[in-house]
Amino acid sequence: MARISLKVNGKARVVDTDPETPLLYVLRNDLQLNGPKFGCGLAQCGACAVIMDGNAIRSCQLPVSSAQNRPVTTLEGLGSTKKMHRLQQAFVDEQAVQCGYCINGMIMTSKALLDKNPKPTDAQIKEALAGNLCRCGTHTRILRAIKRASGQKV
Amino acid sequence: MKTSELSRREFLKGTGALIVSFNLFPAASDLFAQSSANLLPNGDLDPQSLDSWLAIGADGTVTVFTSKVEIGTGTVTALAQIVAEELDVSVNRIKMVSGDTTKSVEQGSTVGSRSIERAGPQFKQAAAAARQELLKLAAARLAVTPDKLTVNDGVVSVIGDAGKKVSYAQLVGGKLFHVRITATGTGWDMKVAPEVKAKDPKDYKVVGTSVKRFELPAKVTGEYVYAHDVRIPGMLHGRVVRPPVVNTEPVSIEQDSIKHIPGVAMIVREGKFVGVVANTEWAAIKAAEALKITWSKPTTKLPANPDELFAYLKNTKPVRTQKAVEKGDLGAGFSQGKKTYQASYRWPFQMHGMIGPSCAVADVKGDRATIWSGPQGPFRTRGTIATLLKIPEQNVRVIYHEASGSYGRMSTDDGAEDAALLSRAVGAPVRVQWSRQDEHGWEPKGPAQLDEVKAAIDGDGKLIAWDFVDYGQPWTASGVTPLLASLQVGFKPNNPGQGNGTQGGGEIYEVANQKIVAEHINWHFPEPIPLRTSNLRAPGDPARCFASECFVDEIAVDLRVDPVDYRMRHLANNKRGSECLKAAADKAGWQKRPSPAPASSGNIARGRGIALTQRANAYCAIVADVEVNKTTGAVAVKKVVSSHDCGLMVNPDFVQNQVEGNVIQGVSRALFEEVTFDANGVTSLDWNSYPILKFTDVPELDIVLINRPEMASLGAGEPSTIPVAAAIGNAIFDAVGARLREVPFTPARVLTALKATPAANQKS
Ligand code: FES
Ligand code: FES
Repeated sequence: MARISLKVNGKARVVDTDPETPLLYVLRNDLQLNGPKFGCGLAQCGACAVIMDGNAIRSCQLPVSSAQNRPVTTLEGLGSTKKMHRLQQAFVDEQAVQCGYCINGMIMTSKALLDKNPKPTDAQIKEALAGNLCRCGTHTRILRAIKRASGQKV
Repeated sequence: MKTSELSRREFLKGTGALIVSFNLFPAASDLFAQSSANLLPNGDLDPQSLDSWLAIGADGTVTVFTSKVEIGTGTVTALAQIVAEELDVSVNRIKMVSGDTTKSVEQGSTVGSRSIERAGPQFKQAAAAARQELLKLAAARLAVTPDKLTVNDGVVSVIGDAGKKVSYAQLVGGKLFHVRITATGTGWDMKVAPEVKAKDPKDYKVVGTSVKRFELPAKVTGEYVYAHDVRIPGMLHGRVVRPPVVNTEPVSIEQDSIKHIPGVAMIVREGKFVGVVANTEWAAIKAAEALKITWSKPTTKLPANPDELFAYLKNTKPVRTQKAVEKGDLGAGFSQGKKTYQASYRWPFQMHGMIGPSCAVADVKGDRATIWSGPQGPFRTRGTIATLLKIPEQNVRVIYHEASGSYGRMSTDDGAEDAALLSRAVGAPVRVQWSRQDEHGWEPKGPAQLDEVKAAIDGDGKLIAWDFVDYGQPWTASGVTPLLASLQVGFKPNNPGQGNGTQGGGEIYEVANQKIVAEHINWHFPEPIPLRTSNLRAPGDPARCFASECFVDEIAVDLRVDPVDYRMRHLANNKRGSECLKAAADKAGWQKRPSPAPASSGNIARGRGIALTQRANAYCAIVADVEVNKTTGAVAVKKVVSSHDCGLMVNPDFVQNQVEGNVIQGVSRALFEEVTFDANGVTSLDWNSYPILKFTDVPELDIVLINRPEMASLGAGEPSTIPVAAAIGNAIFDAVGARLREVPFTPARVLTALKATPAANQKS
């Protein structure tokens, strides 16, 4: 066990945990942040995505010790039902959710994309999300939501 | 036998974990205003009490109690629309309480596209009964007769004298109705208050509109509490260690193998079931991985490859034959036929493939248990847990939290059983989340199917005989057979399992002599095997439709006629079927001609294909446009047009969302999906070995929704996935003149088919 200092959603947090624990379990169980989801634990699906140092990363495979003092943003850090981030709002406006289990990954990955490329083309969005799996088949709506959030014609 | 590593007391001392006892069973009536007047003697809600269905709060909120659950389709919001409509209240006033077995009548599981079709009318009638009672009360209060009253958003007023008014909340807010209604039958067949007159659909204001899903804001912000997000005070984490291969049992367990992992509470063994419990999720995961178990030598062997599997299906005596259609005289039809055709089609095991694996929390205390989980049938989970723990059903409370989209997989709530066994052993609430490898390996699969079709035509090319046989496994994991942990602790199946459906085998076409049967081939083995089977979205229909709709195309090809025309000839008396087919063809700009398309030069061949289906009286037709790379065999689905008729649409956007999802999932199943296995079990254990469609594979979608306000509503959760593979198969033939009779259409299969086909359309 070790004390690890984290910076999550703009707040300093200290956890006492096995430093090998993947960041995902710490976010979910120690910090009670339910946005990031366990999908595979193998970096194959994207459900666990969070943003670290400006990149969407897979928290299921990152030991918590590697996240020490690096800024981590989770879905909760973008907005809440009271005050949604424009991406979250766009997903609601487009009703771009079925079960929603994959949606954390979709929003966090597209957030990182839009931060770097504010007006991506369809092909660029598809490429950015190619490693994010959605079993419900919500893909076309997700694409529209991201277009909408980027202020482009849907 | 149970192996306790530490006594519970020692463990508690060691970890300082706090076991909090809490009220397992808040009175079922706690959401109701008053008493438990609406309970049956066994403790379940009385469906004949209006109070079991809905309650009006002091603030005018209408709380609706349902065993139907949200699984990502919008069902729960749509049910709210139906109640809002009948009560004349704004849909925002409706609060849905869903999937708590102590707070709802059992309306049947959320499966088979039956929720809107069956629970819709139950709520329509219950709400109409409530409205009738509210008008009666208002009439007395306002000293007029009920026919002089009108309702606007829960406020009853006198027609022509709007000042005279009283709200629902003032009439019964916070109180029980104490009204008896009729309710006969059980589950989704229950008929509720049919004697009450409901609204004329012509007057609908809320039903038929695209109200937004209630739960989406919470889902996109991380505030929604999925089953995976449930945390109970004092909760521990468990993992089950499944056998590595079929038909083995633990011979010995090396307890020392996990001594080095801190925080492990207990190793649990019951029969062939082995699990670990720890105070953190990570410790449970590591312990389950590290635990050294010696397994017995397997005795049963599975078919080692698809050829063995399909031979097994074909050559094993069926345990049951289910007839879907038998009419006319098949023998006579074939002997009169001018030409006879025959073909067989193969469909592999496929996965539900939930993105989030099975997960549940259980708290077993003495002879009572509380389960937090995401089953499609909370009452079904209640039953399986009661059987497993050998306690009365009413001693089990299931509290629903949505899980990952499950497409039938959560009809079988395996995670709840695992959690219950571990909780009982350790004496604390336990959360169990399956690993990805366990979910891929042990989820019950959609059965493999072998479909054989024979048909004869008369001198005009008309079908006069049709003989369709579907060979497949029943669902070994189903409502009538024990689930995985139950099998491992020693329960034995006493039933081959429910059948995998019978629809889609060509019954949609009018053929004078027709027989369609499903042969159920035994799939129970002495031990639990990873190739378990269960209902996968539109169970069995995609495979049967693939066979029947490709076969119809094969005949049309031989007759050199347009495939839409040829279908239409056999749909003369099927108005909705032919309109649905036409709608898709029109939308796709279908040009009449026989298949295949004129040979193209170049490496990429383009083709179009069509297919039609009917499921539980809903219709769907699909037109697929594909590109086939003749060198690599790669198939790209460029565009899918889908027409869809499910009667009156309660919420058109939900239907649209379901059709989009069904089509995309259907493309994935047609192009990519096949569970691989060998004699030891499943070898598709992650998303690399069981690939599904990616964003870069998504076709353009164009959907035509046919609304039928004069009809009852039917389900939209399944029909549109059924014809997708058939349409793509027909489109591949149209493009390259090679027929694929096995799903998925992998590049290797396309190349093999191209090689086997006399250069019909293969010039490059
Ligand atoms: S859970 Fe991390 S990528 Fe799937
Ligand atoms: S919405 Fe269910 S997995 Fe994407």
